[in-house]
Amino acid sequence: MKRKNNRKKMSGKCVPAIVLILCVIFFLTGCHGKKGLPPFAMPEEFDTSVNYEITFWAKNDTNKTQTAIYEKAIDDFEKLYPNIKVNLRLYTDYGKIYNDVITNIATGTTPNVCITYPDHIATYLSGVNLVVPLEEVFEDEKYGLGGSEVRFDSPATEEIVPQFLKECIIGDHCYAIPYMRSTEACYINKTYVEALGYTLPDMLTWDFVWEVSEAAMAQDADGNFRVNGQKVLIPFIYKSTDNMMIQQLRQKEAGYSTAEGEVLLFNDITEELLRTAAKHGETGAFSTFKISSYPANFLNAGQCIFAVDSTAGATWMGTDAPLCDISADKIVEFETAVMPVPQFDPEHPQMISQGPSVCIFNKEDSGEVLAAWLFAQYLLTDEVQIAYAETEGYIPVTLGAQESETYQNYLAACGEDNNVHYAVKIKAVEMLLAHIDDTFTTPVFNGSTSLRDAAGQLIESSVKSARRGETMDEAYVETLYRDTASLYHLDQLSRQAAGASGKNDLGPLPKTAVALLCTLAAAWGLIALYVIFNRRREKKRS
Amino acid sequence: MKKLMSLFLVLALAFACVGCGSGSDGDADAKSEGVMTYEEYAAAALDTEVVVETFVQAKQSWWEDKATVYTQDKDGAYFIYNMACSEEDYAKLEKGTKIKVTGYKAEWSGEVEIIDATFEIEEGNYVAEAEDVTSLLGKDELIDHQNKFVSFKGLTVEAAGQDESGADVPFLYNWDGSGQDGDDLYFNVSLDGETYTFTVESYLCDNTTDVYNAVKGLNIGDKIDAEGFLYWYEGVNPHITSVTVK
Repeated sequence: MKRKNNRKKMSGKCVPAIVLILCVIFFLTGCHGKKGLPPFAMPEEFDTSVNYEITFWAKNDTNKTQTAIYEKAIDDFEKLYPNIKVNLRLYTDYGKIYNDVITNIATGTTPNVCITYPDHIATYLSGVNLVVPLEEVFEDEKYGLGGSEVRFDSPATEEIVPQFLKECIIGDHCYAIPYMRSTEACYINKTYVEALGYTLPDMLTWDFVWEVSEAAMAQDADGNFRVNGQKVLIPFIYKSTDNMMIQQLRQKEAGYSTAEGEVLLFNDITEELLRTAAKHGETGAFSTFKISSYPANFLNAGQCIFAVDSTAGATWMGTDAPLCDISADKIVEFETAVMPVPQFDPEHPQMISQGPSVCIFNKEDSGEVLAAWLFAQYLLTDEVQIAYAETEGYIPVTLGAQESETYQNYLAACGEDNNVHYAVKIKAVEMLLAHIDDTFTTPVFNGSTSLRDAAGQLIESSVKSARRGETMDEAYVETLYRDTASLYHLDQLSRQAAGASGKNDLGPLPKTAVALLCTLAAAWGLIALYVIFNRRREKKRS
Repeated sequence: MKKLMSLFLVLALAFACVGCGSGSDGDADAKSEGVMTYEEYAAAALDTEVVVETFVQAKQSWWEDKATVYTQDKDGAYFIYNMACSEEDYAKLEKGTKIKVTGYKAEWSGEVEIIDATFEIEEGNYVAEAEDVTSLLGKDELIDHQNKFVSFKGLTVEAAGQDESGADVPFLYNWDGSGQDGDDLYFNVSLDGETYTFTVESYLCDNTTDVYNAVKGLNIGDKIDAEGFLYWYEGVNPHITSVTVK
C-alpha cells in the first residue's frame, strides 16, 4: 500500500494564490461595488417543499474509513431531510481545499459547507459577506444549536468544548464550528532510547531529544549505526516544521505575531532555534518530512527514534500500525511510547491545537444557507463525532460525545486490537485529552497562513543549508530572513497590520520636527496672548 | 551508377537509423563544460550541488513558479522536483527540450531527485524510447533505471482492493480507495507470481487522459503492456502513462 506523496500540494493548472486573492478582491470590490452578497438572515421557517442541493468539501487523511463516515453521515442526514441533497467532494490536503475555495470565490461557486482551518477563513473574509458569521445562527431558537425544529439530537452551544469554539472566532465573529481536534505527539522508539542507556523522562525536553539523537549517531567500523545495526538512521524527524517553530517560540515566550497580524517571527530567539536545528541537521541527527520523508516510514523501519507527527497520524506509527507504507520485511519490532512534543519548560507544557473546522459560505438563497447550516450541525452529533474520532488520533469537539459511554468504552478498550483500538492511537488521544488546557493556537488574520508557511520554511532552509555545508553566519541569517519575508509577502503583512491597528511605533520625533512643533506652539501662544490683550484693552476703552 | 546509387542508399539508411533510433537531433551525447555525465551524477553524494544537461520527457506540475518534470538523457534519467520556473518558461518545456539544470541531489523515500534547482533552455532535442525493463521487475538492478521512461510487457491485472460489498476491484482512487474520480489511480499487476503496485499520477495524467480512462476500464485478469516513468516511493512505484490491453 502506498500513501499519496503529499509533497505535491497543488495542481499544475492553478495560478499563484496571491494573484487569485487579488483577483477576488478586485472582483468583489470592483465589479460589484463593495456590497457583495447581502448578510445572511435566518429564515422564519425552513421550507421543506423546496429541494436544495448543497456541496460539502471535506478533507480526509487518505483514509477509507473517514470517507465512509462522511458518506454515511450524508445518507443519514438526507433521510432526515429528504429535500436536501448533499454532494461530497473529497480532498486529502487542506492546502488544496484552500486553493480551490479561492478559485471558486472568483466564479461565485464556493461550496456550501467546507472543512477548513481558521487561518484560511481569514483569507476568505477578504470578500464581503462570503462566510456566514455563526454566533446568531447558534442561538436561533428553532434552527440553532439544539434548536426546537432541528430533526436530530443537536448539541447546545455550551456542549461544544469552549476552547475549541473560541478557536473559530476571527475578529468579532465566530465563522466556523470545530469538527475534530488533534495536536502533535512524539512517537518514540523506547526500545532504542533504553538501549542507548537513557530513560524517558515524564515530560520530553528538547535537550533530552537532542542529546539522545546525537548519541544514536555512533557507528561501527562498517558504517552501521550501533543502535539499529543499519546503514540508515535519522534519530529525530519532524513532520510539520511550521508547528515545530511555532511551538518552540511559544514555549520560549518569544514573538511570532500580534493578534492584528504584525509579524514578529524574525527575532533573535528564532535565530537561536534555527542554529540548533541546523547544528543537528548537519550531523544527520535531525531531519524533516520535506527533506527525507514521512517520520512513520523511518520509525517503523527502526531508522528513527523520535518521530513527531500529528496525533491524527497515529495509525501509521509503530511496529503494529494498521497503516504502513513500507514493506513488511522492513518493519522492526520495538516498543512505542507516545508523549507530548518536546518542551523547554516541562513544568508548563505547551502544544499546538489543530484539526479541521467547518465553515458555511453565504448564498443568495437564505434557505440554501439554512440547509447547509443544518448539515454542518449534523456533523456535531455524537454518532458522527465518535465515529470520525475513532478513525485517527482525533478527539470529539463536543463534551457530550467525549463523555458518552460509547466513547469511554472505546478509550477503555485501548490495545485490544490493532485496528479500531490500536494502542498507539488511543494513547495519543489520551495524551491530548490530558493536555487540552496546555494547547494553544496562533492569531488568525488575513495572511496568517503565509506566516505559518514562512515559520516552517526557516527551519527547512536552515537544515538544508547545514547539510550542504553552507556557513550559517550573521549574513546568512539576515539574507534568510529577508528572502523568506519577501517570498511570503510578510513585509506587506506587517505594514497592513501596523496600519490597521494604528499602533505602529515610529520611534522618537526628529529634532527638526520637535523644533517646528515648538515654534508652532509658541506662535499660537503669542496669538492667544495678543487676542486676550486686545479684548482687555477694548474693555477698558468701553 | 549502380554503385553510386547503392552508396547513396546506404548513407541514407545510416542517417535514418541514427535519427530514428534515439529520437534525437544528434547532440544527446554531448555535455558542455562543467556539466556532469550521468555517471558522475549517479556517483555524486546526496546534498551536493549537481549540474546536468538533460531533456524533458514529461511535465508533472507547475505551482507558484515551481515545476516538477521528468527528464532523461541517453545514459540515465533525472527527476527534477520543484525547479524554479516561471509559467512562461514552463510552457516552453515541451517534450524533448534540452535543459541545463543546476541544483542539489536529494533523496525522498528512495526517490533520487534534483531539488532547489534552476535551469536554462539549450539547443537540442531528445525523446527517449521506452526501455523494456520487464525482466528486471523484482530484481535489485531495477533501481539503476530509476526515473527512466520504461515499458513492461505481459503483465496480469490483479485485484487492487475491495469495494463496499467486498467484491474485488481492479483499481482504487488513492492507495486505499479513499479518493474520487480525478485522484491518483492505483492498480496491481503481477508477473511470475509477484505483484507490483502501479500508479496513474493524476498531476501527470489527469482524468481526461487516455491512460486514466484505460485503467478505469481494466478488468481483473486482463493481460496488459504498460509504459511510464520508473518513479520510486519506498520501493518501485511507476507513474504509468499508457496501458494497452492485449
